[in-house]
Amino acid sequence: MSDSFLIEYLPILIFFVIAGGAAIAAVAMSYMVGQQNPDPEKNSQYECGFEAFAESRSKFDVKFYLVAILFIIFDLEIAFLFPWAIVLGDIGMFGFWSMVLFLGILTVGFVYEWKKGALDWE
Amino acid sequence: MIEEFISTYGEYLFWTLLHIFVILGVLLVSVAYLTYFERKVMAAMQRRHGPMTVGPFGLLQPLADGLKLLTKETILPTKANKPVFIIAPMLTFFLAIVAWAVIPVDENWVLANINVGILYLFAISSLGVYGIIMAGWASNSRYAFLGGLRSASQMVSYEVSMGLVIVTVLLCVGSLNLQEVVMAERSFLMNILLFPMMIVFLISILAETNRAPFDLPEGESELTGGFMVEYSAMTFALFFLGEYANMILMSAMTVILFMGGWLAPFGISGEWIDWVPGIVWFALKVSAVLFFFIWARASFPRYRYDQLMRLGWKVFLPFTLVWVLVVSGALIATNSLP
Repeated sequence: MSDSFLIEYLPILIFFVIAGGAAIAAVAMSYMVGQQNPDPEKNSQYECGFEAFAESRSKFDVKFYLVAILFIIFDLEIAFLFPWAIVLGDIGMFGFWSMVLFLGILTVGFVYEWKKGALDWE
Repeated sequence: MIEEFISTYGEYLFWTLLHIFVILGVLLVSVAYLTYFERKVMAAMQRRHGPMTVGPFGLLQPLADGLKLLTKETILPTKANKPVFIIAPMLTFFLAIVAWAVIPVDENWVLANINVGILYLFAISSLGVYGIIMAGWASNSRYAFLGGLRSASQMVSYEVSMGLVIVTVLLCVGSLNLQEVVMAERSFLMNILLFPMMIVFLISILAETNRAPFDLPEGESELTGGFMVEYSAMTFALFFLGEYANMILMSAMTVILFMGGWLAPFGISGEWIDWVPGIVWFALKVSAVLFFFIWARASFPRYRYDQLMRLGWKVFLPFTLVWVLVVSGALIATNSLP
């Protein structure tokens, strides 16, 4: 059983190899076909023709972290919802109310974030 | 040993490889002509001609563009982190292509008919953000870095509502297999319930593929190209191909989830229409969604970043979250769960 289950994934594996090969081949071919003519000015980082004003590895807004953390919470929630949505017909009212409780707890957190202003970009 | 291998697996391998190369070929040609389609449609909406010079009606323009990009110089910025810088466009292209392994274009016409097709699609499209954030970080340029950051948060924000929209569809069809999603019978109630979700999904895929009006990662007028700013030649072309292949992929997902895949639209049937192969319907529906992409680009000005985040987190997320409960509640109440 497990063999026939896994064999369905074999074409995907082959596809992975071919797609990866195609990506590498495209870049390699362009590198060989195109005339390479490096120059220190050409290879410096682009800032609209100016010398770079500051390092690019510098401070940035903490909001981006907040979004990433919120994303992890809600994406995990969705990962739980996927199997629940499939079997809801079998687990009936008990399954439904358990998920309502689970979503309710998450909503409390969501409302807190909203009120705290974590979702505002000013 | 080798002969034995070929006699046992040769035929299987041959058909699989052929199938893969057909998918790749059709996909790349579609991407090339999607750029042509986009330019022509945009031109028509702005009362211009669009590409006209290369070939009849400019039909060879995509080929000329491809050749030009192929022969350009590959620039590796001195300060860039070179391995990551090179891998990023390859990864983007790779992910945009491999997702097609599970897309059913007609009945029983799919490379890998796995029973968790939607999860596979969701996983692959989630990984797409890595290519962009790697490019933005490895370029070691401020524009690229800002573009990469913006793009990453934008994509993850809209992925949440996309995931919840997919959950509402799963509630109605009761299977993760993409063929069964298409074939599942949908009652009138389900169609009514899913309609607002389709709207949310259509808007989310615009944000997910960084298309106008949500094209802030590129934002020509402020970031001059965003995460792609340091890329040239084929490394740039791979991002470009990846973005357009992703557009087609997201359109195909919309068609499979909401528009009945390869089935005739609006349930029409009869002798005068049944001879049309499913793949034609599939291609037409995907083209219609792609037209929506271009239409949106020609019609709307770019969003501001705070508006974009507000729409994602404060409108779509609560709405879809409530809608998951509404759909499940309505289906339980009417006893119509699959």
